Amino acid sequence: MAKVFIYPMTSLILSDMVARFGHQPLGSALAIRERIQTPSVESPPLQITPEEPKKGLRYAAVEVPSGVRGRMAIMGPLIEEAEAAIIITDADFAFGCMGCARTNELLKYLVRNRPIPKLELRYPTSEEEGEKFVAALREFLESLRGKGS
Amino acid sequence: MKEYRPTHVGTVTKYVFVESPDVTPEELALKAYEISKGMMIKETCFGLQVTGKPDEVDEIIRRIREFDPSHIFVKDRGFPPGDPRRCRANLGGARPGFHGHEYELPLLRYVSHGLEVPIGKTPEPMRVERKNKLEFGVLKRMMESQEP
Repeated sequence: MAKVFIYPMTSLILSDMVARFGHQPLGSALAIRERIQTPSVESPPLQITPEEPKKGLRYAAVEVPSGVRGRMAIMGPLIEEAEAAIIITDADFAFGCMGCARTNELLKYLVRNRPIPKLELRYPTSEEEGEKFVAALREFLESLRGKGS
Repeated sequence: MKEYRPTHVGTVTKYVFVESPDVTPEELALKAYEISKGMMIKETCFGLQVTGKPDEVDEIIRRIREFDPSHIFVKDRGFPPGDPRRCRANLGGARPGFHGHEYELPLLRYVSHGLEVPIGKTPEPMRVERKNKLEFGVLKRMMESQEP
């Protein structure tokens, strides 16, 4: 079972497909859950404390806005943990505010630079594309069998 | 600063989305209650939320998928159900995360169709070619050609 980083990190389709074919999807819910279930100082809604932008310095320079560094403190460790990655290139809904948009760019840059198997796809817009979309995912995820922890 | 004491420690919560012509969220919830063994199950307009110990949730998800494998989709959730930081009853408006689901839910029927294609009859997999961006050298030459 390989750990597969998914982008968009909240994607229902990718999360389901990775789990369906026997691997572990690495999405933002895992990192958020870890913070929600750890005792610390109260910092709603996501328990992002002032420590997080400091941890984000591992991934982005100090002059990068703290919003990006805070997000990277959540998502960066998942990229390091990943043994494969799937990116959907036309996920416009993941845009959000500028903090999210810039973090997304940095995430994709970091993933593409890691020496792990990667698959880039577009969302299907018809039944024909749906067949090709699932075929690509099946082929990629079955090629990962036997890899990972 | 106030101390934060988490609830539901050691549990996982998973969303179950059902987009099926044969199974409604209500029917799925009833079937899930039957096999839940005391786990927390919340029925929603799109399906269910299942909360419990990781092994137990995995097992119940495996059995829930069997009801309609190509039309039931599952993903992790960071918050437990009804958490006041996320629950729409406390916040008003769309729940955070709704817009992502709103975007992907209409596409599920294409994915379901893809899953129903027999393995021997699968088409050529989707390939996405990345567009090459304009190279710096080319841009420089273009700029220089325009200078008087």
